[in-house]
Parts: sequence; structure tokens; C-alpha cells
Amino acid sequence: MPGGKERELRRRIGSIQSTKKITRAMELIAATRVVKAMQRANAARPYARLITSVIEDLAAGGAEVDHPLLRQAPEVRNVGFIIITGDRGLAGAYNTSVIRTAERQVMAHMSEGKGYSLCCVGRKSASYFRFRNYRIDNAMSGFSDNPSYDDARRIAETVSESFLSEAVDQVELIYTEFVSMGTQRVVVRRFLPLVDTEMMAREGSGTGREGSFEFEPSPEAVLEALLPRYTEARLYGALLDAAASEHASRQRAMKAATDNAEELITKLSRAMNQARQDAITTEIMEIVGGAEALGGGDATDADVALASMLAGTDASVMATAGAHPA
Amino acid sequence: MAVELDVELVSPEEVTYSGSAEMVIVRTVEEGDIAFQAGHVPFLGVLAPWSVDVLRPGGERDTFAVHRGFVEVSHNKVTILSDVSESADEIDTARAETARQQAADALAVDAEDAEAAAALERAELRLRVAAA
Repeated sequence: MPGGKERELRRRIGSIQSTKKITRAMELIAATRVVKAMQRANAARPYARLITSVIEDLAAGGAEVDHPLLRQAPEVRNVGFIIITGDRGLAGAYNTSVIRTAERQVMAHMSEGKGYSLCCVGRKSASYFRFRNYRIDNAMSGFSDNPSYDDARRIAETVSESFLSEAVDQVELIYTEFVSMGTQRVVVRRFLPLVDTEMMAREGSGTGREGSFEFEPSPEAVLEALLPRYTEARLYGALLDAAASEHASRQRAMKAATDNAEELITKLSRAMNQARQDAITTEIMEIVGGAEALGGGDATDADVALASMLAGTDASVMATAGAHPA
Repeated sequence: MAVELDVELVSPEEVTYSGSAEMVIVRTVEEGDIAFQAGHVPFLGVLAPWSVDVLRPGGERDTFAVHRGFVEVSHNKVTILSDVSESADEIDTARAETARQQAADALAVDAEDAEAAAALERAELRLRVAAA
């Protein structure tokens, strides 16, 4: 049936074109969001830096380190995991690479005979682990592309609670670190117990600050009020990094999809043009054949019949007819 | 005074305020106000939910409501870390008034309601800062 293949191809090109419009729009949205997410991550840095420097000062001031959040369990029996993924897909390997790393970590701890407790942040990780019948203790979602400090506080509180109640002895934080626009990598960080303040001081800038601080009410009380804030700030930093990474991954994935759609459209357009050309050629062959059979060898009649047929068709048919000996 | 203090108010989300001051007055959890001027010894304290007053060199005064946080003073630099702080212009007086009413009503019903007590304290602090 002439024209059938052509119509089919035209329909496919149409649908690819509308897909391309969507992926292009998503790419542009992700591009603006990644800039915003990066700005937010940068704006959050002073607080994180200052809170670390306050801890350094505390260490220098000789605060006695004895806080439940610093509790090192003699034997780790249960390990908690905070898994930060996105709420939505279409972000390339962003979600799957976090999930894969997390599952490997859980497996590794289980093979050592330890229990696990999952805190899934983002809809994707929750649905993955739920589908595979893992026990999920906490699942939070709805803010992965624009996390607020309140979200971080909620997660930190829930996790700290289960740590303080000794339901878990150790908490690992798995998220995607935003290195640059081109590079994001999945990292596994110890979230709890916090390393002691001396370690923090050593990990920090380590500048020789003067140690003669006055504390009010006391170094221990300051530390006690400070450590929960410190966990929140760390989690908030991780959420912001993850959000920036998600947008960057989505932008890249959608750019690839748009490019693919363009390539596919070019290919299909070529195939469609060829199909149309073939259909036209076939049609003319049929007309000529029919005219010849009718005319019974009378050349003049055949020419007239062909001319009247051609008058009804479009210009591209003329071109084909011209190349075709009548 | 020749030497001034650098003041920064930092929230987890951003640096909300930075400027210079002659004096900064805060209240710590020990229920005592403390004022810092240039040359103060290094100091680290936990803040009570109270106002922070920044006295600018020109004689102006900026007031903030800080609901919880820390103050660190060293090298003529005052840093206030707080996850909830508001400047006087940011405060919605009408909303704070409604919140105060609601909290007061809740306390009238149940005097042990810690949440309402905290809400009342916050609303009163907001109103006080807005009025200053």
C-alpha cells in the first residue's frame, strides 16, 4: 500500500519531536536549578565552617568530651544508613549509583552478622528498598530538589534519637558529593558517632588559635548544645550537595536525550523521504503501465492520458516523471 | 572609638547580616545580658531566646530576635550562629500577635503545655523586637 510506510514514519517523527521538546525543557530547567543549588550550597558553607571552628576552640579550651553523640559502642551490632537519593528519575545514573553503593554497604555489614536500619531520603531509594523487601525504618521525601534546613533537622533528630536509644551503634551517610558541574561522586561517610572534638580540631584548619576562651555557661554545656547543631549542619550540607548533583545529572541526561532525539529525527526523515519517493515512483509506473494497456499502442492517446494524470499531481512527481521515460 | 567590632549573623542557610559595630549586646542562657566591645577576651556562649542588639558606629541600633544559637567572640569579631533569627523589619507583628493570643489561650487551658509556653515566649520576643 503506497503511503502507508510514509505515514507511519511521519507519526513516529512527530512523537519523537514532542519527546524532544520535553527533554529540552527539562534540560533547561535543570540547568537553572543547578546554579541555584550551587549558590545555596555556597551560602551554607560559612555556618558549617564556623560551627567547626567553634568546636576547634572548644577543644583548645579543654572541654571534657563526654557526650552521648560521641559514644563509641564497644561492639557494633546494628548499623544505620541514611541514603540520600532524588524523588524523581530521569537523572541518568544518579539514583541507581547511590542505591547500588548503599545496597553493597548493607550487604557487607550483613555478611559480618550485623543488623541494619535504613533511613531513606528521597522517593527513589525508598521504593527500591521496599520492593526488595528490606526493612525501612524511616522514609522521608518531597524535598530532594530543594531541601530546607528544617528537613535536615528532622532527619538528624530521627537518626540521632535511634542512635541515642542504642537502636543503632553506628550511622553511615550515603549521598552524592558535588565536586564540580562535570563530576559528582557517591560517598559513604561516618555520620555517628561523631569523632571526638580533638579529631575535629585536627581535621579542621588546625590554626593555632589562642586557647584562653571564656565559656558561658561552661565548655561542656556549650558542647552539648552545639553537637546536635553540628550533626544538622552536616546533614544539611549533604542534602544540598545531593540536590546540586541531582540537577547536574538530570541536565546531563536530558541533554543526551535531546541529542539522541535529534539524531533519530534526522534518520527517520531520510527514511521517510525515501519511502515517499518510492511510493511516487511506483504510482507513476502503475499509471504509465495502465495507460499503455488502455491505449493499445496508440502513442498519441497514451501521451494525452499521462499528461492529464500529471496535471493532477504535485511538482515532485513531475521531477520523477521527467526522469522516467514515458 | 577607633576600633570597631565586625559582626556577622550566620544562619545555616546564609549569612543574614554582616557589618561593624561599637557594641553588641546579647543574653546567654545564664539569664544575664552581656555586651561586647572591641578588645573583649575570646568568648563562647550559648544564647537564650532573646534579642541581639547591634550598636552601629553612627549611633544606630539594629535589633534581631534570636531564638536559639551561639555567640563567639575572638579577634574583634562577633559571630552569632543561629538557625532561627529575624530582624525587626522581617517580623510580621500581626502574625506574632495572633500567635501570642493562641499560645496564651492554650496555656490558660493547660498550664503545663511546654510547646505553648515556648510559642508564647517566641511571640513575645518577636513583638518586643518589632517594637524596639
